[in-house]
Amino acid sequence: MDNVIDIQNVSMRFIMEQERTNTLKEYMVKLVRRKLRFSGFEALSRVSFSIERGESVALIGKNGSGKSTMLKLIAGVMEATEGSVRVRGSIAPLIELGAGFDPDLTGRENVYLNGALLGHRRRYMQENFDSIVEYAELEPFIDVPVRSYSSGMIARLGFSIATHVQADILVVDEVLAVGDYNFQQKCYRTMDRMLGAGRTLLFVSHDINQVKKLCRRAIWLNRGHVMADGPSAEVCDAYLAWMKEQEEN
Amino acid sequence: MKHEVIMTIRYSHLIGELVKRDLRLKYRRSFLGYFWSLLNPLMMMTVMMVVFSYMFRFDIENYPLYLICGQTIFNFFNESTNKAMYSIVDNGILIKKVYVPTCVFPLAKVLSNFTTMALSLVAVLIVMVFTRVQFHFSMLLFFVPLIFLLFFAGGMGMILSGLAVKFQDVTHLYSVFTMVLMYATPIFYPIEAVPEGVARIIRLNPIYTIIYLFRELMLYGRIPAVGAWLYAAGTSLAMFAVGAVLFDRMRRNFIFYI
Repeated sequence: MDNVIDIQNVSMRFIMEQERTNTLKEYMVKLVRRKLRFSGFEALSRVSFSIERGESVALIGKNGSGKSTMLKLIAGVMEATEGSVRVRGSIAPLIELGAGFDPDLTGRENVYLNGALLGHRRRYMQENFDSIVEYAELEPFIDVPVRSYSSGMIARLGFSIATHVQADILVVDEVLAVGDYNFQQKCYRTMDRMLGAGRTLLFVSHDINQVKKLCRRAIWLNRGHVMADGPSAEVCDAYLAWMKEQEEN
Repeated sequence: MKHEVIMTIRYSHLIGELVKRDLRLKYRRSFLGYFWSLLNPLMMMTVMMVVFSYMFRFDIENYPLYLICGQTIFNFFNESTNKAMYSIVDNGILIKKVYVPTCVFPLAKVLSNFTTMALSLVAVLIVMVFTRVQFHFSMLLFFVPLIFLLFFAGGMGMILSGLAVKFQDVTHLYSVFTMVLMYATPIFYPIEAVPEGVARIIRLNPIYTIIYLFRELMLYGRIPAVGAWLYAAGTSLAMFAVGAVLFDRMRRNFIFYI
Protein backbone atom coordinates (compact mmCIF):
# COMPACT_ATOMS: atom_id res chain seq x y z
CA MET A 1 0.00 0.00 0.00
CA ASP A 2 1.20 3.38 -0.96
CA ASN A 3 -0.32 5.78 1.53
CA VAL A 4 0.59 9.43 1.22
CA ILE A 5 -1.48 10.53 4.18
CA ASP A 6 -1.95 8.46 7.30
CA ILE A 7 -4.18 9.75 10.05
CA GLN A 8 -4.35 7.54 13.10
CA ASN A 9 -6.53 8.18 16.11
CA VAL A 10 -6.04 11.88 15.83
CA SER A 11 -7.60 14.14 18.41
CA MET A 12 -7.26 17.88 18.56
CA ARG A 13 -8.22 19.75 21.65
CA PHE A 14 -8.22 23.50 21.85
CA ILE A 15 -7.74 25.10 25.19
CA MET A 16 -10.24 27.89 25.36
CA GLU A 17 -8.11 29.98 27.68
CA GLN A 18 -5.68 30.39 24.85
CA GLU A 19 -8.24 32.24 22.85
CA ARG A 20 -9.17 34.62 25.60
CA THR A 21 -6.16 35.96 27.44
CA ASN A 22 -4.67 38.54 25.20
CA THR A 23 -2.72 40.86 27.39
CA LEU A 24 -0.03 40.34 29.92
CA LYS A 25 -2.14 42.05 32.56
CA GLU A 26 -5.09 39.76 32.03
CA TYR A 27 -2.81 36.78 32.12
CA MET A 28 -1.17 37.87 35.37
CA VAL A 29 -4.48 38.70 36.99
CA LYS A 30 -5.86 35.32 36.04
CA LEU A 31 -2.70 33.57 37.09
CA VAL A 32 -2.78 35.21 40.51
CA ARG A 33 -6.44 34.48 40.98
CA ARG A 34 -5.82 30.96 39.77
CA LYS A 35 -8.51 31.52 37.28
CA LEU A 36 -6.65 30.24 34.29
CA ARG A 37 -9.41 27.95 33.27
CA PHE A 38 -8.50 25.34 30.82
CA SER A 39 -11.79 24.33 29.40
CA GLY A 40 -11.15 22.12 26.42
CA PHE A 41 -12.91 21.98 23.11
CA GLU A 42 -12.42 18.95 20.99
CA ALA A 43 -12.30 19.85 17.31
CA LEU A 44 -11.37 16.33 16.26
CA SER A 45 -11.74 13.17 18.23
CA ARG A 46 -10.14 9.90 17.31
CA VAL A 47 -10.21 10.42 13.60
CA SER A 48 -8.50 7.81 11.46
CA PHE A 49 -8.17 7.46 7.72
CA SER A 50 -5.50 7.07 5.13
CA ILE A 51 -5.22 8.31 1.61
CA GLU A 52 -3.40 6.48 -1.13
CA ARG A 53 -1.32 8.00 -3.85
CA GLY A 54 -3.43 9.21 -6.74
CA GLU A 55 -6.67 9.35 -4.81
CA SER A 56 -9.01 12.32 -4.94
CA VAL A 57 -10.63 12.81 -1.59
CA ALA A 58 -13.10 15.41 -0.42
CA LEU A 59 -13.67 16.47 3.16
CA ILE A 60 -17.26 17.51 3.69
CA GLY A 61 -19.25 18.61 6.68
CA LYS A 62 -20.98 21.57 8.27
CA ASN A 63 -19.17 24.64 9.49
CA GLY A 64 -17.23 23.77 12.61
CA SER A 65 -17.10 20.08 11.82
CA GLY A 66 -13.31 19.99 11.94
CA LYS A 67 -12.45 20.17 8.24
CA SER A 68 -10.12 23.13 8.54
CA THR A 69 -8.44 21.72 11.61
CA MET A 70 -7.82 18.51 9.69
CA LEU A 71 -6.28 20.45 6.83
CA LYS A 72 -4.05 22.37 9.21
CA LEU A 73 -2.83 19.14 10.76
CA ILE A 74 -2.07 17.70 7.34
CA ALA A 75 -0.38 20.91 6.21
CA GLY A 76 1.81 20.68 9.30
CA VAL A 77 0.99 24.09 10.71
CA MET A 78 -0.58 22.50 13.78
CA GLU A 79 0.36 19.56 15.91
CA ALA A 80 -2.26 17.05 17.02
CA THR A 81 -3.00 16.70 20.71
CA GLU A 82 -3.12 12.94 20.31
CA GLY A 83 -2.55 10.41 17.60
CA SER A 84 -0.29 10.54 14.61
CA VAL A 85 -0.44 12.45 11.37
CA ARG A 86 1.93 11.16 8.75
CA VAL A 87 2.36 12.81 5.39
CA ARG A 88 4.71 11.42 2.76
CA GLY A 89 5.59 13.84 0.05
CA SER A 90 5.32 17.56 -0.46
CA ILE A 91 2.15 19.57 -0.17
CA ALA A 92 1.04 22.44 -2.34
CA PRO A 93 -1.64 24.23 -0.41
CA LEU A 94 -4.17 26.25 -2.28
CA ILE A 95 -5.77 27.41 0.87
CA GLU A 96 -7.01 30.93 0.29
CA LEU A 97 -5.00 31.65 -2.77
CA GLY A 98 -2.60 34.47 -2.51
CA ALA A 99 -2.29 34.42 1.28
CA GLY A 100 1.44 34.65 0.77
CA PHE A 101 1.36 37.55 -1.66
CA ASP A 102 2.82 40.87 -0.71
CA PRO A 103 0.57 43.57 -2.12
CA ASP A 104 3.45 45.96 -2.72
CA LEU A 105 5.50 43.55 -4.77
CA THR A 106 4.83 43.02 -8.44
CA GLY A 107 3.33 39.82 -9.76
CA ARG A 108 6.76 38.72 -10.93
CA GLU A 109 8.37 39.26 -7.53
CA ASN A 110 5.48 37.52 -5.84
CA VAL A 111 5.92 34.41 -7.96
CA TYR A 112 9.41 33.97 -6.54
CA LEU A 113 8.38 34.82 -2.99
CA ASN A 114 5.43 32.46 -3.13
CA GLY A 115 7.56 29.74 -4.63
CA ALA A 116 10.02 30.10 -1.79
CA LEU A 117 7.20 29.90 0.74
CA LEU A 118 6.20 26.61 -0.83
CA GLY A 119 9.78 25.46 -0.50
CA HIS A 120 11.09 26.01 -4.01
CA ARG A 121 14.31 27.58 -5.08
CA ARG A 122 14.64 30.57 -7.32
CA ARG A 123 16.09 28.64 -10.21
CA TYR A 124 13.25 26.19 -10.20
CA MET A 125 10.78 29.07 -10.28
CA GLN A 126 12.71 30.72 -13.07
CA GLU A 127 12.38 27.64 -15.22
CA ASN A 128 8.64 27.56 -14.67
CA PHE A 129 8.06 31.29 -14.66
CA ASP A 130 6.80 31.71 -18.19
CA SER A 131 4.31 28.89 -18.04
CA ILE A 132 3.05 30.10 -14.65
CA VAL A 133 2.33 33.54 -16.06
CA GLU A 134 0.85 32.17 -19.24
CA TYR A 135 -1.45 29.82 -17.36
CA ALA A 136 -2.63 32.65 -15.11
CA GLU A 137 -3.28 34.77 -18.20
CA LEU A 138 -1.46 37.68 -16.62
CA GLU A 139 1.26 38.53 -19.13
CA PRO A 140 0.39 42.22 -19.45
CA PHE A 141 0.16 42.75 -15.68
CA ILE A 142 3.05 40.73 -14.35
CA ASP A 143 5.16 43.78 -13.51
CA VAL A 144 2.36 45.62 -11.76
CA PRO A 145 2.09 45.56 -7.94
CA VAL A 146 -0.34 42.90 -6.80
CA ARG A 147 -2.35 45.45 -4.81
CA SER A 148 -3.89 46.60 -8.06
CA TYR A 149 -4.93 43.09 -9.10
CA SER A 150 -8.54 42.02 -8.92
CA SER A 151 -9.41 39.11 -6.63
CA GLY A 152 -9.82 36.91 -9.68
CA MET A 153 -6.34 37.79 -10.90
CA ILE A 154 -4.84 37.01 -7.51
CA ALA A 155 -6.63 33.67 -7.41
CA ARG A 156 -5.41 32.84 -10.89
CA LEU A 157 -1.81 33.58 -10.06
CA GLY A 158 -2.05 31.64 -6.80
CA PHE A 159 -3.58 28.63 -8.48
CA SER A 160 -1.07 28.76 -11.26
CA ILE A 161 1.89 28.79 -8.86
CA ALA A 162 0.48 26.02 -6.70
CA THR A 163 -0.18 23.74 -9.64
CA HIS A 164 3.12 24.40 -11.36
CA VAL A 165 5.34 23.63 -8.42
CA GLN A 166 6.04 19.98 -8.14
CA ALA A 167 4.04 18.65 -5.24
CA ASP A 168 2.72 15.22 -4.41
CA ILE A 169 -0.38 16.43 -2.65
CA LEU A 170 -2.59 19.28 -3.72
CA VAL A 171 -4.77 20.75 -0.99
CA VAL A 172 -7.67 22.82 -2.27
CA ASP A 173 -9.83 24.62 0.23
CA GLU A 174 -12.92 26.31 -1.08
CA VAL A 175 -11.06 28.49 -3.49
CA LEU A 176 -12.57 27.96 -6.84
CA ALA A 177 -15.46 30.25 -6.06
CA VAL A 178 -13.28 33.11 -7.24
CA GLY A 179 -12.31 33.35 -10.85
CA ASP A 180 -14.76 33.32 -13.73
CA TYR A 181 -16.41 30.30 -15.29
CA ASN A 182 -13.72 29.74 -17.86
CA PHE A 183 -10.95 29.78 -15.34
CA GLN A 184 -12.85 27.44 -13.06
CA GLN A 185 -13.19 24.96 -15.89
CA LYS A 186 -9.50 25.30 -16.56
CA CYS A 187 -8.77 24.60 -12.90
CA TYR A 188 -10.84 21.43 -12.99
CA ARG A 189 -9.06 20.24 -16.09
CA THR A 190 -5.72 20.89 -14.44
CA MET A 191 -6.69 19.02 -11.31
CA ASP A 192 -7.92 16.12 -13.41
CA ARG A 193 -4.64 16.06 -15.27
CA MET A 194 -2.67 16.17 -12.03
CA LEU A 195 -4.66 13.25 -10.69
CA GLY A 196 -3.82 11.37 -13.83
CA ALA A 197 -0.16 12.07 -13.19
CA GLY A 198 -0.33 10.32 -9.84
CA ARG A 199 -0.78 13.36 -7.64
CA THR A 200 -3.13 13.22 -4.72
CA LEU A 201 -5.94 15.69 -4.27
CA LEU A 202 -7.51 16.74 -1.01
CA PHE A 203 -10.51 18.94 -1.58
CA VAL A 204 -12.64 20.83 0.90
CA SER A 205 -15.89 22.32 -0.24
CA HIS A 206 -19.49 22.95 0.60
CA ASP A 207 -20.42 22.61 -3.02
CA ILE A 208 -21.58 19.01 -3.18
CA ASN A 209 -21.85 19.00 -6.96
CA GLN A 210 -18.21 20.04 -7.25
CA VAL A 211 -17.24 17.30 -4.83
CA LYS A 212 -19.11 14.64 -6.78
CA LYS A 213 -17.56 15.78 -10.02
CA LEU A 214 -13.99 16.00 -8.80
CA CYS A 215 -13.56 13.35 -6.14
CA ARG A 216 -13.94 9.61 -6.10
CA ARG A 217 -14.01 9.43 -2.34
CA ALA A 218 -15.49 11.60 0.37
CA ILE A 219 -15.01 11.77 4.12
CA TRP A 220 -17.84 13.34 6.05
CA LEU A 221 -16.92 14.92 9.33
CA ASN A 222 -19.33 16.06 11.98
CA ARG A 223 -18.27 17.58 15.30
CA GLY A 224 -14.88 16.04 14.97
CA HIS A 225 -16.06 12.53 14.21
CA VAL A 226 -15.98 10.65 10.95
CA MET A 227 -19.61 10.05 10.03
CA ALA A 228 -18.93 8.28 6.75
CA ASP A 229 -16.01 7.46 4.51
CA GLY A 230 -16.55 5.97 1.07
CA PRO A 231 -17.43 6.62 -2.55
CA SER A 232 -18.23 10.29 -2.89
CA ALA A 233 -21.68 9.86 -4.44
CA GLU A 234 -22.90 7.72 -1.54
CA VAL A 235 -21.35 9.83 1.18
CA CYS A 236 -22.59 13.05 -0.38
CA ASP A 237 -26.13 11.74 -0.64
CA ALA A 238 -26.08 10.59 2.96
CA TYR A 239 -24.75 13.98 4.01
CA LEU A 240 -27.43 15.83 2.06
CA ALA A 241 -30.16 13.61 3.48
CA TRP A 242 -28.85 14.19 6.96
CA MET A 243 -28.70 17.93 6.42
CA LYS A 244 -32.29 17.95 5.24
CA GLU A 245 -33.36 15.99 8.27
CA GLN A 246 -31.58 18.45 10.52
CA GLU A 247 -33.34 21.31 8.83
CA GLU A 248 -36.73 19.76 9.40
CA ASN A 249 -36.17 19.16 13.09
CA MET B 1 14.30 21.53 17.95
CA LYS B 2 16.67 19.51 15.79
CA HIS B 3 14.01 19.05 13.14
CA GLU B 4 13.29 22.77 13.15
CA VAL B 5 16.97 23.60 12.67
CA ILE B 6 17.16 21.26 9.68
CA MET B 7 14.02 22.79 8.20
CA THR B 8 15.36 26.30 8.70
CA ILE B 9 18.47 25.37 6.78
CA ARG B 10 16.36 23.79 4.07
CA TYR B 11 14.32 26.98 3.84
CA SER B 12 17.33 29.28 3.84
CA HIS B 13 16.45 30.41 0.32
CA LEU B 14 13.14 31.65 1.74
CA ILE B 15 15.10 33.86 4.13
CA GLY B 16 16.89 35.19 1.05
CA GLU B 17 13.62 35.94 -0.71
CA LEU B 18 12.19 37.66 2.36
CA VAL B 19 15.31 39.80 2.70
CA LYS B 20 15.06 40.71 -0.97
CA ARG B 21 11.46 41.71 -0.50
CA ASP B 22 12.28 43.97 2.43
CA LEU B 23 15.10 45.63 0.57
CA ARG B 24 12.95 46.16 -2.51
CA LEU B 25 10.12 47.66 -0.55
CA LYS B 26 12.16 49.79 1.80
CA TYR B 27 12.83 52.53 -0.68
CA ARG B 28 10.26 51.79 -3.33
CA ARG B 29 8.52 54.96 -4.43
CA SER B 30 11.25 57.18 -3.00
CA PHE B 31 13.26 59.36 -5.30
CA LEU B 32 16.66 58.86 -3.72
CA GLY B 33 16.17 55.16 -2.96
CA TYR B 34 19.09 53.37 -1.39
CA PHE B 35 20.92 56.66 -1.17
CA TRP B 36 18.81 57.28 1.93
CA SER B 37 20.67 54.55 3.81
CA LEU B 38 23.71 56.73 3.48
CA LEU B 39 22.09 60.12 3.75
CA ASN B 40 19.97 59.38 6.77
CA PRO B 41 22.81 58.55 9.19
CA LEU B 42 24.81 61.55 7.98
CA MET B 43 21.90 63.88 8.57
CA MET B 44 21.19 62.38 11.99
CA MET B 45 24.81 62.70 12.91
CA THR B 46 24.83 66.35 11.87
CA VAL B 47 21.79 67.13 13.97
CA MET B 48 23.25 65.41 17.02
CA MET B 49 26.58 67.06 16.45
CA VAL B 50 25.01 70.50 16.40
CA VAL B 51 22.91 69.77 19.48
CA PHE B 52 25.75 68.34 21.49
CA SER B 53 28.37 70.86 20.47
CA TYR B 54 26.30 73.82 21.57
CA MET B 55 24.21 72.55 24.42
CA PHE B 56 26.15 69.86 26.18
CA ARG B 57 29.77 69.68 25.41
CA PHE B 58 31.80 66.57 25.74
CA ASP B 59 35.49 66.48 25.34
CA ILE B 60 35.73 63.76 22.69
CA GLU B 61 38.30 63.44 19.98
CA ASN B 62 36.72 63.33 16.51
CA TYR B 63 33.17 63.72 17.81
CA PRO B 64 31.43 63.21 14.43
CA LEU B 65 32.99 59.80 13.97
CA TYR B 66 32.37 58.91 17.61
CA LEU B 67 28.72 59.74 17.12
CA ILE B 68 28.14 57.98 13.84
CA CYS B 69 29.84 54.77 15.02
CA GLY B 70 27.62 54.50 18.07
CA GLN B 71 24.56 55.60 16.22
CA THR B 72 24.95 53.14 13.34
CA ILE B 73 25.22 50.21 15.69
CA PHE B 74 22.48 51.26 18.04
CA ASN B 75 20.06 52.15 15.27
CA PHE B 76 20.56 48.78 13.65
CA PHE B 77 19.83 47.01 16.91
CA ASN B 78 16.80 49.14 17.57
CA GLU B 79 15.30 48.91 14.11
CA SER B 80 15.99 45.26 13.45
CA THR B 81 14.61 44.02 16.76
CA ASN B 82 11.57 46.25 16.43
CA LYS B 83 10.80 45.00 12.95
CA ALA B 84 11.47 41.40 13.98
CA MET B 85 9.06 41.80 16.90
CA TYR B 86 6.10 42.24 14.55
CA SER B 87 7.24 39.67 12.00
CA ILE B 88 5.29 36.67 13.28
CA VAL B 89 2.11 38.64 13.95
CA ASP B 90 2.29 40.25 10.51
CA ASN B 91 2.69 36.93 8.76
CA GLY B 92 -0.09 35.33 10.77
CA ILE B 93 -2.32 34.52 7.82
CA LEU B 94 0.50 32.75 6.11
CA ILE B 95 1.66 30.80 9.14
CA LYS B 96 -1.86 29.45 9.52
CA LYS B 97 -1.93 28.10 5.99
CA VAL B 98 1.46 26.88 4.95
CA TYR B 99 4.16 25.11 6.84
CA VAL B 100 7.33 27.16 7.04
CA PRO B 101 9.83 27.15 9.90
CA THR B 102 8.49 30.27 11.60
CA CYS B 103 11.87 31.52 12.78
CA VAL B 104 12.67 32.59 9.22
CA PHE B 105 10.47 35.65 9.70
CA PRO B 106 12.32 37.36 12.57
CA LEU B 107 15.67 36.22 11.21
CA ALA B 108 14.93 37.64 7.75
CA LYS B 109 13.94 40.98 9.28
CA VAL B 110 17.19 41.19 11.20
CA LEU B 111 19.17 40.24 8.10
CA SER B 112 17.50 42.78 5.85
CA ASN B 113 18.20 45.51 8.39
CA PHE B 114 21.75 44.26 8.60
CA THR B 115 22.10 44.73 4.86
CA THR B 116 20.89 48.31 5.03
CA MET B 117 23.25 48.91 7.93
CA ALA B 118 26.09 47.60 5.81
CA LEU B 119 25.13 50.22 3.24
CA SER B 120 25.20 52.97 5.81
CA LEU B 121 28.76 51.99 6.68
CA VAL B 122 29.62 54.02 3.61
CA ALA B 123 28.46 57.03 5.63
CA VAL B 124 30.92 56.07 8.36
CA LEU B 125 33.63 55.84 5.74
CA ILE B 126 32.75 59.28 4.41
CA VAL B 127 33.05 60.75 7.89
CA MET B 128 36.41 59.02 8.31
CA VAL B 129 37.70 60.51 5.09
CA PHE B 130 36.38 63.96 5.94
CA THR B 131 37.87 63.97 9.41
CA ARG B 132 41.14 62.60 8.03
CA VAL B 133 41.43 59.57 10.19
CA GLN B 134 44.69 57.79 9.64
CA PHE B 135 44.39 54.33 8.13
CA HIS B 136 45.36 51.38 10.31
CA PHE B 137 45.29 47.75 9.33
CA SER B 138 43.34 46.98 12.51
CA MET B 139 40.40 48.80 10.90
CA LEU B 140 39.93 45.83 8.61
CA LEU B 141 38.57 43.96 11.62
CA PHE B 142 35.51 46.25 11.62
CA PHE B 143 33.17 43.44 10.57
CA VAL B 144 33.85 41.25 13.62
CA PRO B 145 31.87 43.32 16.14
CA LEU B 146 29.14 43.67 13.54
CA ILE B 147 28.85 39.90 13.24
CA PHE B 148 28.47 39.68 17.03
CA LEU B 149 25.79 42.32 16.79
CA LEU B 150 23.96 40.34 14.12
CA PHE B 151 23.75 37.31 16.39
CA PHE B 152 22.72 39.39 19.36
CA ALA B 153 19.92 41.09 17.41
CA GLY B 154 18.85 37.76 15.90
CA GLY B 155 18.40 36.20 19.34
CA MET B 156 16.60 39.24 20.67
CA GLY B 157 14.39 39.36 17.57
CA MET B 158 13.31 35.75 18.00
CA ILE B 159 12.39 36.27 21.64
CA LEU B 160 10.43 39.45 20.93
CA SER B 161 8.58 38.05 17.93
CA GLY B 162 7.46 35.04 19.93
CA LEU B 163 6.39 37.06 22.95
CA ALA B 164 4.49 39.58 20.84
CA VAL B 165 2.25 36.82 19.52
CA LYS B 166 0.88 36.09 22.95
CA PHE B 167 1.23 39.42 24.65
CA GLN B 168 0.65 42.58 22.69
CA ASP B 169 1.97 44.52 25.68
CA VAL B 170 5.48 43.53 24.76
CA THR B 171 5.40 45.91 21.80
CA HIS B 172 4.59 48.85 24.06
CA LEU B 173 7.04 47.86 26.74
CA TYR B 174 9.83 47.36 24.27
CA SER B 175 9.73 50.92 22.98
CA VAL B 176 10.28 52.13 26.53
CA PHE B 177 13.01 49.57 26.99
CA THR B 178 14.90 50.70 23.89
CA MET B 179 14.69 54.30 25.04
CA VAL B 180 16.19 53.38 28.38
CA LEU B 181 18.81 51.34 26.58
CA MET B 182 19.67 54.25 24.32
CA TYR B 183 20.37 56.53 27.27
CA ALA B 184 22.23 53.74 29.01
CA THR B 185 24.51 53.35 26.02
CA PRO B 186 27.23 55.95 25.53
CA ILE B 187 26.29 56.97 22.00
CA PHE B 188 26.63 60.72 22.26
CA TYR B 189 28.43 60.96 25.58
CA PRO B 190 31.69 59.41 26.75
CA ILE B 191 31.49 56.70 29.38
CA GLU B 192 33.76 58.83 31.55
CA ALA B 193 30.91 61.36 31.87
CA VAL B 194 28.93 59.08 34.17
CA PRO B 195 29.85 58.20 37.77
CA GLU B 196 32.03 55.14 38.15
CA GLY B 197 29.24 53.06 39.73
CA VAL B 198 26.96 53.64 36.75
CA ALA B 199 29.80 53.13 34.30
CA ARG B 200 30.39 49.70 35.74
CA ILE B 201 26.81 48.73 34.94
CA ILE B 202 26.99 50.27 31.47
CA ARG B 203 30.04 48.20 30.68
CA LEU B 204 27.89 45.10 31.18
CA ASN B 205 25.63 46.25 28.37
CA PRO B 206 26.59 44.03 25.41
CA ILE B 207 25.53 46.69 22.91
CA TYR B 208 27.99 49.07 24.49
CA THR B 209 30.76 46.50 24.35
CA ILE B 210 30.14 46.08 20.63
CA ILE B 211 30.13 49.85 20.09
CA TYR B 212 33.32 50.06 22.14
CA LEU B 213 35.04 47.45 19.96
CA PHE B 214 33.91 49.17 16.79
CA ARG B 215 35.08 52.59 17.97
CA GLU B 216 38.43 51.36 19.16
CA LEU B 217 39.03 49.94 15.70
CA MET B 218 37.64 52.77 13.61
CA LEU B 219 38.47 55.85 15.68
CA TYR B 220 41.77 55.03 17.18
CA GLY B 221 43.01 52.15 15.08
CA ARG B 222 43.63 50.18 18.24
CA ILE B 223 42.97 46.53 18.74
CA PRO B 224 40.88 46.19 21.89
CA ALA B 225 41.85 43.86 24.72
CA VAL B 226 40.90 40.19 24.56
CA GLY B 227 38.43 40.56 27.44
CA ALA B 228 36.16 42.87 25.48
CA TRP B 229 36.18 40.56 22.46
CA LEU B 230 35.33 37.55 24.57
CA TYR B 231 32.57 39.38 26.41
CA ALA B 232 30.95 40.56 23.17
CA ALA B 233 31.25 37.16 21.52
CA GLY B 234 29.96 35.33 24.60
CA THR B 235 26.95 37.55 25.20
CA SER B 236 26.00 37.54 21.52
CA LEU B 237 26.16 33.80 21.09
CA ALA B 238 24.39 33.28 24.40
CA MET B 239 21.64 35.66 23.34
CA PHE B 240 21.23 33.81 20.05
CA ALA B 241 21.12 30.43 21.74
CA VAL B 242 18.64 31.56 24.38
CA GLY B 243 16.55 33.20 21.65
CA ALA B 244 16.47 30.01 19.60
CA VAL B 245 15.51 27.84 22.57
CA LEU B 246 12.80 30.19 23.81
CA PHE B 247 11.43 30.63 20.30
CA ASP B 248 11.25 26.90 19.86
CA ARG B 249 9.18 26.59 23.02
CA MET B 250 6.82 29.37 21.96
CA ARG B 251 6.33 28.54 18.29
CA ARG B 252 4.06 25.55 18.89
CA ASN B 253 1.43 27.85 20.30
CA PHE B 254 1.57 30.53 17.61
CA ILE B 255 -1.23 28.88 15.69
CA PHE B 256 -3.63 29.40 18.60
CA TYR B 257 -3.07 33.13 18.89
CA ILE B 258 -2.54 34.50 15.43
